[in-house]
Amino acid sequence: MGDMSEFSFTVRMFLAAYPWRRIDPVPWTPLRKPLSQCRLALVSSAGFVMPDQPHFDESIRGGDPSFREIPSKTDPRTLVETHRSESFDHTGLQRDPNVAFPIERVQELAATSRIGSVNHRHLSCMGSITAVGRLVRDTAPPAARLLVEDGVDAAILVPV
Amino acid sequence: MCNQTVCLVAAELERQGISTVVIQLLRNVAGKVRPPRALFVPFKHGYPLDTPGDAGRQMAVLEAALRLLEDPAPTPPVLRDYTP
Repeated sequence: MGDMSEFSFTVRMFLAAYPWRRIDPVPWTPLRKPLSQCRLALVSSAGFVMPDQPHFDESIRGGDPSFREIPSKTDPRTLVETHRSESFDHTGLQRDPNVAFPIERVQELAATSRIGSVNHRHLSCMGSITAVGRLVRDTAPPAARLLVEDGVDAAILVPV
Repeated sequence: MCNQTVCLVAAELERQGISTVVIQLLRNVAGKVRPPRALFVPFKHGYPLDTPGDAGRQMAVLEAALRLLEDPAPTPPVLRDYTP
């Protein structure tokens, strides 16, 4: 069970006092067609990068709000996991990145026509962001536009 | 913080016309941040899709997420429990 008890006392105190960003109003886009006709993309906040991409910058105060584009044909075992948090066990996603970035699973969903297709790219980011203003204002909007331009209909977003 | 980050990205995707579902590992964070559609999973941090190397268990979580996407009548924000 994922709950606060997994974290250290210091982290629990930080989270208890943290001003979570409330989404208001809640935007809502219903599916416009059957999933079997939809193009799907993934967004993972596990901090994965391609071997030739720069790592997320741990020196940025409040967290690095940038995104990396991950081609959907990537072998997930080649991804480099750079998540900066020490508050969770990293061994599972290092052994099988699909557990937080299910690149192979969504290919299987397309192969069985459960979804129409997989977008040619997914998005990766660093979930450990405490100062979310830059994410909300500066980096998430252009990242979302990439997927809009690709004709993506639906996205599954996975934290760690 | 990961839970909040994906919620905020999901909100931006929805504003731009893409339907989303977020996996969530902390129910209280999902309740406070309020992503449009959230699937609460009972797994430890680092294991959002259950078991590494077990395609069947991972696919079961994804299937539940897809069913939430397909649900035509929920009132946002929607927080649904995943039962393995």
